[in-house]
Amino acid sequence: MARAATTADAFNAVAEPRRRQLLDALADAERPVNDLVALTGMGQPQVSKHLRVLREVDLVDVREQGRQRLYRINGAALKPVHDWVAAFEQTWNDRFEAMDVVLDELKRKEAEDGNGK
Amino acid sequence: MATASKGTAEVTLPSDTQILITRDFDAPRHLVYEAYTTPELIKRWWAGKRGGVTVAEVDLRVGGRYRYAMEATEGFEVAFNGEFREIVPNERIVNTEVFEGAPEGTGAAIVTVTFEEAGDGTHLEMLMDLEDKQTRDAIIESGMEGGLQEGLDLLEEIAIERS
Repeated sequence: MARAATTADAFNAVAEPRRRQLLDALADAERPVNDLVALTGMGQPQVSKHLRVLREVDLVDVREQGRQRLYRINGAALKPVHDWVAAFEQTWNDRFEAMDVVLDELKRKEAEDGNGK
Repeated sequence: MATASKGTAEVTLPSDTQILITRDFDAPRHLVYEAYTTPELIKRWWAGKRGGVTVAEVDLRVGGRYRYAMEATEGFEVAFNGEFREIVPNERIVNTEVFEGAPEGTGAAIVTVTFEEAGDGTHLEMLMDLEDKQTRDAIIESGMEGGLQEGLDLLEEIAIERS
């Protein structure tokens, strides 16, 4: 049996530019393969290959509707990646905001020194 | 709008072994560079909203080393160290980065920081090139278990408050 998909698997899947393109195309709607081919400009075999990877790590779900297979994003599987990026972003935002305070001081100091010359 | 205004940090994943952080500052780049490289100033920002910076040692020359440490939560130290590979004052720094809490065998990251003039301000880009996927995963895991978890908790608190 296949092992359960991990956060790292989701990262690998998301970090591939073509797969990110597919996820973007699926962000607003459930779509059949043909739509994804048209939207991304990739060939159908390539789209199918990347969709398979995305499905293996549960980032994308598929359902049958008549003769069509419709693909959609599985938000729950994307959440760990989003959470990690958000937390990392938060850490750096906090740092840079603290740096803004330092920079304001440096700017003021430089302006004062400049006036004194 | 002028790009001089301060922005928010943006994190993207350009490839499966890269992390890119970008941020705009409302300050000329020689000052951003100064704040980024001067130990007494690093001490004031590197910990962000967490504990305090306990160590900021910087030997700013090619081949020179640096080490930063902070107390993230009570008694829990987060430390990074590395070596400078390339230095173009006010423009560009390339250094290695090792997270001291990472498991044995974890590779280093190569961090390339560029300071670009943007109007009266500065556009900063920090590209982390991770040696391999294993290193990236170690960073993800350490982030999930260690320091970054707090950021996550904070986000969740905010989300709960708003719901």
